[in-house]
Amino acid sequence: MTNPSIAPIGAPIVVIVITGLIKQFGRFAALRGLSAEFDAGKFHVILGDNGAGKTTLLRALAGLAQPTRGTVSILGMDPQEACREIGYMAHPSLLYDEMSGMENLRYFARLYDIVGDERCEQVIRAVRLDPELARPVGQYSQGMRQRMSLARAILHDPKILLLDEPFSNVDVHSAREMVALLKAMRDAGKTIFVVTHQAALLEGVADEFVWMQAGQIVERTAGLASNSTRAGER
Amino acid sequence: MKSFWSITLATLTKDIRLEWRSKDALNAMLFFSLLVVVIFVFSFDPLAEESRHIVGGLVWVAFLFAAVVALNQTWARELRNQVLDAYRVSPASANALFLAKVLGNFIFVSLLEALMTPLFIIFYNLRALGPAWQLIPIGLLGTWALVVNGTFFAAMSLRTRSRELMLPLLLFPVSIPAVLGMVAGTTSILTGENPAHFWIVLLLTYDVVFTTACLGLFETVLQAE
Amino acid sequence: MKRAFPILAVLTALFLAYALYEALIVAPTDALQGDVYRIIYYHVPSAWTAFLLFFINFIASVQYLADAKPSTQRAAKWIVIAIGIVGAVAPFIPQVRQQLPAGLYPSSVATTVLAIPVFYLLIGKFFPGQNLDVLAVTTAEVGVVFCTIVLVTGPIWARPVWGIWWAPGDIRLTSTLVLWLIYVSYLVLRRFSDSAQTQKLAAVLAVFGALDVPLVYFSIWFFRTQHPQPVIGGGGSMDPRMLHVLLISWLAFLCFAFLVCWSRFRLEKLRREVEEAYALESLAGAEDGARQAGATSLPLNRSPR
Repeated sequence: MTNPSIAPIGAPIVVIVITGLIKQFGRFAALRGLSAEFDAGKFHVILGDNGAGKTTLLRALAGLAQPTRGTVSILGMDPQEACREIGYMAHPSLLYDEMSGMENLRYFARLYDIVGDERCEQVIRAVRLDPELARPVGQYSQGMRQRMSLARAILHDPKILLLDEPFSNVDVHSAREMVALLKAMRDAGKTIFVVTHQAALLEGVADEFVWMQAGQIVERTAGLASNSTRAGER
Repeated sequence: MKSFWSITLATLTKDIRLEWRSKDALNAMLFFSLLVVVIFVFSFDPLAEESRHIVGGLVWVAFLFAAVVALNQTWARELRNQVLDAYRVSPASANALFLAKVLGNFIFVSLLEALMTPLFIIFYNLRALGPAWQLIPIGLLGTWALVVNGTFFAAMSLRTRSRELMLPLLLFPVSIPAVLGMVAGTTSILTGENPAHFWIVLLLTYDVVFTTACLGLFETVLQAE
Repeated sequence: MKRAFPILAVLTALFLAYALYEALIVAPTDALQGDVYRIIYYHVPSAWTAFLLFFINFIASVQYLADAKPSTQRAAKWIVIAIGIVGAVAPFIPQVRQQLPAGLYPSSVATTVLAIPVFYLLIGKFFPGQNLDVLAVTTAEVGVVFCTIVLVTGPIWARPVWGIWWAPGDIRLTSTLVLWLIYVSYLVLRRFSDSAQTQKLAAVLAVFGALDVPLVYFSIWFFRTQHPQPVIGGGGSMDPRMLHVLLISWLAFLCFAFLVCWSRFRLEKLRREVEEAYALESLAGAEDGARQAGATSLPLNRSPR
């Protein structure tokens, strides 16, 4: 079932299989026996209270948090083996404050064996920023920094995108632009995971809402349920 | 293999560029090493003859302190905005990052030593009675010994509470044979009483053993969250 | 097993008492040192026990690191077996035999090297998975205690016999001190680490420590040849009656160390079980809390599927 090639024609292809995932930090378990499968080419939104384990789940998918128990399989591989197919955007920017956006991306492109500046300029334009901007990232506004951070995550054209709070402290206009970009990427066949408190922004765009609570997935719904109007509030 | 060295080089140039842009750490460290020398000069005021016997120890203890302060800064930049995570999710080899950091620290610490050495020579009126050129391999191998393990243990102490305190606690016990090698080797050359060959071989062995161990185990340390 | 513990404890106490009696009353007085020498019946067995425990810690740490991946696990196993075979055969080859220091039998070298694969395979069999790490903590802690005894009794003996408390160039004293420092830093790391992978970091440090020990030994050995030391014992053979008492003492100490390790091992296992149970329970509590809070903040009051 982890091998996409044996899936029946027409059936959604499973890209991520999680079985019995536990992540324990001393006397606290952030994930508690979580099992799930996720389909390719879908837009998944992960919702839940603070401390429900959303960020830890994303980090486990990215291969940053090693499971205490259980397994994560991405495209049939270990997350660290699948790293070329994963784009990860964290809550902090993951950028060097003292360098300009272009310099940052040029460095990260080297890590993925991407040669030349074309790809870097392309992704910076994709997030509606100017590649010529010489200002260091530390002096960017929060919205610009988030978009640059997204540019870093999609630099190597990954099949799976893991985004942790991409819209926090971003003005509504920029957030809508980012949503449109993500929608376009989903339509191009990418699998997208977004952890957010602003679920309302994604209503109508997301294919699935994944509800987490106390380290487990409690429900998966196609839309925001009727009693969920408060979910968009912070 | 080509991409390994290109990533090492890219990381090294990036670190040097960032260091050059801020210059904070650089200036502070240069001043710190100057202070260390002055403190030692005030604390020990020996005759030229005695100084030959003790200065090997003084110089290397001073270098050790300067190196520890410098090494503690190594990973600070990677922690801000958690940039280290961006490296960890990339396919780039952990050892490329490690080597870049070691080379960066080696350049930095060597620079500090190059500044401190003439001061020690002036203040203590030193002149080697043995073959002085052998101080160069001792200096290079000794610095490498401090820097390679120091970078490794600094990465390890990232995962601990009171990070800056942990580095010397982890580094010093393992460094004892290297420190003995540097100090005894330097003293042998300054006094000219004994040949220093054994100490150079010891330092070389130490460097080879621990560089290999660091490269073999760094990925485990980097991924240990 | 639980019932065996008090029985073993009583037996060990009796054995230790017997060893003390042998050491103080039965063993002959040393012609040169007088009764002061009797401290070796505590000093030497403590040292051997500490070294044995550190050796077990090293083997367990290496195995813990090797077990992280199936490929390294297999490779490590074969490397260790190869070390055992080479070590068992090589000392009997005439060319190698000539290299051995005088007084060292090829058979004793072979058996010592053979201990590496034997321990590796036995420890791997009886302490699978996380138990390897529990074993590593246990042996490190108990080893540090015995090593401390060595470092305290050493100077007590040295003061009347050598006339000094400490000989900086003495190879055994200084190596033991460095070993003690390394393992104290190992315990400090375990205490201060806030990583979820403390076990791996500690195992890495244990490997570094083990690599360091031979280098310490050789550096001090050479340091000593440059700096003549006060008369230091060693060499000369021991009175068979003294050796007999020494071995009895060591056996008693080993029983004692085994007992302490056993209870510490169980304690550590329990501590981890409690920690895990606590972690899961605290979340269960959080779930209840979330259920109550869910009504007001997020619509998460749904039961798991």
